[in-house]
Amino acid sequence: MTDLSVDLGFLKLKNPVIAASGTFGYGLELAPHIDLRQLGGIVTKGLYFNPRSGNLPPRLAEASAGLINAIGLPGIGVERFSEEILPQLKGYDTAIIVNVCGESDDEYISVVDFLNQKEGISAYELNISCPNVKKGGLCPALDPQATFSVVSSVKKKSSLPIITKLSPNVTNIEEIALSAQDAGSDGISLVNTFLALAVDVDTRKPKLANLFGGLSGPAIKPLALRMVYQVASRVKIPVIGLGGISSGQDALEFLIAGAKAVEVGTANLVDPEATLKVIQELQEYCQKKGIAKIEKIVGTLKC
Amino acid sequence: MLPKDGLSGIFVREISQDMIKDSQALITEKESWKEYYLLSLKSPGIAQQAKPGQFIMVRIDPQPYPLLRRPFSIHSKDEENIEIFFQKTGSGTALLAQKEINDSLDILGPLGKGYKVDPGFKGKTVIMVGGGRGIAPLYFLAQELATLGAEVKIFYGAKSLSDLCLKDKFERNDFKLFYSTEDGSLGFKGLVSDFLAEKLPSLAPEFMYSCGPEAMMEKIAQIAMEKEIPAEFSLESIMGCGFGICWSCVRRIRQEGQETWLKICEEGPVFSKEQIIW
Ligand SMILES: Cc1cc2nc3c(=O)[nH]c(=O)nc-3n(C[C@H](O)[C@H](O)[C@H](O)COP(=O)(O)OP(=O)(O)OC[C@H]3O[C@@H](n4cnc5c(N)ncnc54)[C@H](O)[C@@H]3O)c2cc1C
Ligand SMILES: Cc1cc2nc3c(=O)[nH]c(=O)nc-3n(C[C@H](O)[C@H](O)[C@H](O)COP(=O)(O)O)c2cc1C
Ligand code: FES
Repeated sequence: MTDLSVDLGFLKLKNPVIAASGTFGYGLELAPHIDLRQLGGIVTKGLYFNPRSGNLPPRLAEASAGLINAIGLPGIGVERFSEEILPQLKGYDTAIIVNVCGESDDEYISVVDFLNQKEGISAYELNISCPNVKKGGLCPALDPQATFSVVSSVKKKSSLPIITKLSPNVTNIEEIALSAQDAGSDGISLVNTFLALAVDVDTRKPKLANLFGGLSGPAIKPLALRMVYQVASRVKIPVIGLGGISSGQDALEFLIAGAKAVEVGTANLVDPEATLKVIQELQEYCQKKGIAKIEKIVGTLKC
Repeated sequence: MLPKDGLSGIFVREISQDMIKDSQALITEKESWKEYYLLSLKSPGIAQQAKPGQFIMVRIDPQPYPLLRRPFSIHSKDEENIEIFFQKTGSGTALLAQKEINDSLDILGPLGKGYKVDPGFKGKTVIMVGGGRGIAPLYFLAQELATLGAEVKIFYGAKSLSDLCLKDKFERNDFKLFYSTEDGSLGFKGLVSDFLAEKLPSLAPEFMYSCGPEAMMEKIAQIAMEKEIPAEFSLESIMGCGFGICWSCVRRIRQEGQETWLKICEEGPVFSKEQIIW
């Protein structure tokens, strides 16, 4: 058996495969169907301080080998999350990472402030990059100063490690990643979805009520991989890679490009067992190649 | 952004134990008419659990195109097999139409909550109204209710006789059938909802069920409201997953007097006339 465990420095994972935010509910939903303890970790659905209902439907359109979503981050808010979800999630021996959202720096802080006292959370993933939520049209992830501001203010209040999740919708991803690192982020995850548009030719209307949505799935994998490589080559903090991963081979590409761990997103919608399949295929690959410890292949791209 | 009310509709539930992933559901029979197709899939686990009004999510190809699964109502079942009846309407259904006997499909199901099947309907009249491909779930429902001893009357409407492709199949059962076509090639000429309105006084149903285009179902819901007949409808919505984790399929629904956003895949697809906001 290959040792699949990875050490992010601030967090040890039993394997590098994490379920991505928004594609795995709050984690509990799938508990009757897959053994959550086998996962490296779970990132829960984006959480604002208060409950929210999300965008108007239609919220989703299919694209070639991808999907465009404008779900709009509906959710139950911190109170219900810590009462109804966390106590149950604690029972599964896997890293629980909470995807933290906010319409302002203050809201991110209030979410973290509220959750700091709760048990069962391993880290926060700051979703500073959701293209769906309009904050004067801008989200912090699009600007190095705004990124620095939100990450540093959350870091001051947080009693847990912080992973900053970057948006790919920028010209210079490395600059944003360095900002997050300078602001004290413990790790970085990327990518969130690519801003996209789908048009209905019959009605000449956008397919999504929100006009724009975020593209995810196999279609974005090469783009995501390039960005993960760029960021991992520049920052000192560990990088978690995602974007279109649905097989062990996909995951390996990200690990080789420099990611210490990966997240599986859209693939969960198509196959609720996708995360387990990725783990199994990683295990098989390593065994076949005689790799004793998966960490050994992280960042081994030969250029 | 949606209105801030109705937040109580955000449920977090464990996905039903009944859901099974069958990645080797063999196509054992296939029939086709114009743009309509019937596939029989060998999937004993799903067949055992399936209830009328529930659906399956079909992965049309293991390659990432089409990426998402497609939802189809369970059209009928026996001990080992389920059937789906579908219309070729886009790229995914066009690919599905090319599948042949002995191909296998990766399916998830049964999903959602089905129609009300009440043993109390024994000896009572129930009406079903299906338009076009919306007839799909009503065959399974009609069979279950007939087995319970209900008097099943089915209004089957379409554009033309050639779209009433399940006519012979329905007629092999002990259901009373009422046909309507928009071009008058068979039965009542016009809309199935107008035909229903005309016939309803003599039928005195205990319960009505419907599936089909929204405009048709809305008219039927109006009739059911006026005549105070309990009625259920099966809704469609774009579904990213079909089992409750992506939140793509929401629709505004009345529940316990309050309007809230519900996931169609989990809390539906069947809702009562009181619940649906047209
Ligand atoms: C609960 C439920 C049960 C259904 N049962 C049946 C059935 O028994 N027989 C049948 O013929 N059709 C049924 N439909 C509709 C069927 O799912 C769509 O016709 C099909 O998904 C179209 O796929 P496509 O790739 O051919 O079309 P495209 O237009 O290429 O599809 C693009 C995307 O939009 C989605 N989509 C398109 N039309 C619809 C629609 N009307 N409803 C939901 N999603 C849609 C597709 O799933 C896909 O994700 C059902 C829909 C739902 C929600
Ligand atoms: C339906 C859906 C909902 C999502 N919700 C969130 C969210 O709440 N928070 C977040 O940070 N990312 C969210 N994402 C983005 C994913 O976590 C992920 O970054 C992106 O989809 C790329 O990975 P993938 O190609 O594996 O899906 C969502 C994506 C999808 C498809
Ligand atoms: S289709 Fe994904 S939640 Fe309903």
